[in-house]
Amino acid sequence: MGYVETRDLHKHYGEVRAVDGVDLEVNEGELLVLLGPSGCGKTTLMRMIAGLEVPTSGEISIAGERVDEGVPPRARGIAMVFQSYALYPHKTAFRNIAFPLEAAGQPPERVKERVQGGARMFGIERLLGRFPRQLSGGERQRVALARAVVRDPRVFLFDEPLSNLDAQLRAIARYELKEFQRQLGTTTIYVTHDQVEAMGLGDRIAVMEKGRVRQIGTPQDVYDYPADTFVATFLGSPPMNLVEHDERTLLGFRPEQLLPRSIFPSSQPVFSYHLRVRQVEHLGADRLIYGYLEEETRADQPVIADLPVTITLPIAEQQVYEFAVPRSAMRSFDRATGLRRDGAA
Amino acid sequence: MRARRRLVHAVKRAALYVAALAFTVLAVFPFYWMTITAFKEDNDLYIGATVRTHIPWIFNEPPTLEHFQYLLRETAYLAWVRNTVVVGAAVVVITLLLAVPAGYALARLTGRWGERLGIGIFLTYLIPPTLLFIPFSRVIAVLGLQNSLWALIVVYPTFTIPFCTWLLMGFFRSIPRDIEEQAMIDGYSRLSAVRLVVLPLAVSGLLTAAFFSFTLVMQDFVYALTFISSVGKMTVSLGIPVALFRDVFNWGAMMAAALITSVPIAIVYNLFIDRFIAGLTAGAVKG
Amino acid sequence: MALPDGAQVVVPPRAPALRRATLADREDVLGRLLLAPAFLYVILLVGIPFVLAIMLSFSGARSGTLSFDWVGARHFRTIISDAQFLLTLRNTLIFTVASQVLVMILATTAANVLEVAFFGKRAVRMLLLLPWAVPVSLATMASAWIFDSTFSVINWTLRALGLFQGWIYWLGDPEVAMLAIIIIHVWRMFPFATVILLAGMTAIPLEIREASVIDGASFWRRLFHVNLPLLLPVVTVAVLFGVVFTSTDLSVVYLLTRGGPYNSTHVLSSLAFQRGILGGDLGQGAAIALFLLPVLVVVAIIMLRLARRTEVGG
Repeated sequence: MGYVETRDLHKHYGEVRAVDGVDLEVNEGELLVLLGPSGCGKTTLMRMIAGLEVPTSGEISIAGERVDEGVPPRARGIAMVFQSYALYPHKTAFRNIAFPLEAAGQPPERVKERVQGGARMFGIERLLGRFPRQLSGGERQRVALARAVVRDPRVFLFDEPLSNLDAQLRAIARYELKEFQRQLGTTTIYVTHDQVEAMGLGDRIAVMEKGRVRQIGTPQDVYDYPADTFVATFLGSPPMNLVEHDERTLLGFRPEQLLPRSIFPSSQPVFSYHLRVRQVEHLGADRLIYGYLEEETRADQPVIADLPVTITLPIAEQQVYEFAVPRSAMRSFDRATGLRRDGAA
Repeated sequence: MRARRRLVHAVKRAALYVAALAFTVLAVFPFYWMTITAFKEDNDLYIGATVRTHIPWIFNEPPTLEHFQYLLRETAYLAWVRNTVVVGAAVVVITLLLAVPAGYALARLTGRWGERLGIGIFLTYLIPPTLLFIPFSRVIAVLGLQNSLWALIVVYPTFTIPFCTWLLMGFFRSIPRDIEEQAMIDGYSRLSAVRLVVLPLAVSGLLTAAFFSFTLVMQDFVYALTFISSVGKMTVSLGIPVALFRDVFNWGAMMAAALITSVPIAIVYNLFIDRFIAGLTAGAVKG
Repeated sequence: MALPDGAQVVVPPRAPALRRATLADREDVLGRLLLAPAFLYVILLVGIPFVLAIMLSFSGARSGTLSFDWVGARHFRTIISDAQFLLTLRNTLIFTVASQVLVMILATTAANVLEVAFFGKRAVRMLLLLPWAVPVSLATMASAWIFDSTFSVINWTLRALGLFQGWIYWLGDPEVAMLAIIIIHVWRMFPFATVILLAGMTAIPLEIREASVIDGASFWRRLFHVNLPLLLPVVTVAVLFGVVFTSTDLSVVYLLTRGGPYNSTHVLSSLAFQRGILGGDLGQGAAIALFLLPVLVVVAIIMLRLARRTEVGG
């Protein structure tokens, strides 16, 4: 029984099915990432859990209590951080963080104590007297986090909180966010469209598309054993190669698994191919090889091989090389349904 | 060759400035005339326009304050100002009380049907006072409000509310939704969230609505003409044209009155017009 | 954001008990509730008199008594055969069309001229708003003074500049009085229309305007093919409101000429006032005023189309 649960949750706007039957169980203390492209329903799902949208049908429970019928957001024991941070522009950072405590009727000394505590946790004590417009993006994010933390909620909800940060800051912020969640141990649901973020942060990832959850699992599970072609191509950059093997089968293998045959010891079971190289991209830490497998010519799309720079084998365009994929890394998908077939290809 | 092009360009530019000046003068000239008349001695004013030697555009005699003194001491002008302020204030209060919730509801809480209703409210402008003043005269008589300021206070909101609702709807829309939702998560109901977080941010919108309501009140002539008959109860817009002259025409005093009334309106109008235009174009051009 | 080891968040007391949703949370109801007062106030205080106006036009009601008796279409028959009324109808049309056309020409020209960025723009805009900001009755009185039959400064200036040696009886000559009324309407509205057009023009993304210049379009081409179409929503709204204000105007005509000279400058509103309120024949007054409706209905339809198009097309 999950700490946060949804059962057959639906949200329809007329014809549009934004959330189309989602069963979710979030374990206590874990950080679950809702990952998917825009429009997949992840934000709508989270907003229903928060109480900002009313479900069309289905159930939501938090800590064992049903919340989908007439329980307003303030009574669900949640804290949410929006993509824009939603800081109150007319209040100082202190008043922003104090806001939920005052709403709960806490006495002023208590409020001050807790606000200082929260601010200390994120290193923003000296910013408490400033207004949001006087703060940088990173500082605003911390004020929003401090505000979320001080009411000691049962669940954190994050709606793409890192997307407004500069790219350089994002990796560090991601690390710090995970540290902070681990320390507090609060159940967290995190929405993002960035699969790198999802893989880095999540204890588990729920991949969503068109209102449904395609797969839930640990990052490694979802990456290595994608449940269908959507998950397979959504995760990983560049995406998993999908090759039409026959009318009913698609073969899938990750670019980093397609390597020159000579790399593999002769004892390792592999699938061998001849790769006719069209383009080579030097990306610094990797080389991306775009080419066609001579043995698999049904489709027009090139496959991609991702060679780490440590493999120094010279690869030239317009040449043919022997490449291979380890048997253990090969996946096969049903061409009609897109679902992965268990067992070896 | 290049010199000629530069000359043409300079001439074009000069022509543009002249044209701009001409338009401005056209718009402003009556105010100049109003001002100069208000300060001119009577024997500088009432010289027939066939007399070539007297230039009406300038002060031929030194300026005087006698019209203003006459206006403030010997006419009911101050009473009219008082009436206008009283009616205006009451109407502003009524308007805000009704238009603020309506504007918020249209901005946040309603979907398609709300937009339809909003347009419906706005369409009432197409039933103008000059169509309604006749039945209103009957209604007011029935209610016993004939010749009373209350008649105006009750009727004026019919044209201030639609406009202010639309204005406030635009203001509320410009406040990010996130902030209200954050307040709801932080511990408040939606209404409390609005009170604590949205309204403080909408103060400039409220002031703009209040101001424009007041100017709409000041503009009305038709309803005042229909409902009010005694001089002491008139508003400025009615009294000045209709009751300022007793036996002799006193243009100096009339222009003085018009001037005193116009200047404050003009000043404050300019402070608020930016917001009004922003709302208008954001809605209309971007669609 | 280095988290010090062992950082403690102060442990709070137990979370408060679940609070049920109150009325303030019921958003569907809340929306209707907040909208209702304003909606009702306006609909009732506009709708009921409107219906009453229609009823009155079929009655023999007079002011001074509260009587109400049906007389069928008598008023309509009377006024349609009344030459005075037909003249009034014609005047309303002429004033409206003439002034709006002039306003649009002047405003478009002025907006294009003023758009060329130059210093004093703010001051100019402030001055341009004055004619609109000032109450219409006061503006009309100022105009009455400017058009005065003995002291008109316009006449003096025309004579002084040698342009015209005769005398223009602005308010005493029927044709010229109509011109005076049109001038006042135009003067009041064109500056405001200019400001709106200017604002609309600056709202057109710069790239679009620059692109058309780079594409080599001449000024006129740009005006008609790029700027005006994009400005169309704003322009249409301005024109529609101008039409409504001009066709339903009472103040300018009543205060300038009282409908004279010889009842030649009456418009529907002023005639309705004269016969309905001053003359006491509420029924006939209502009937006359109702002839404003066709124009207004057309305006309403156009506005609804426009609203729907911006809603859908965006």
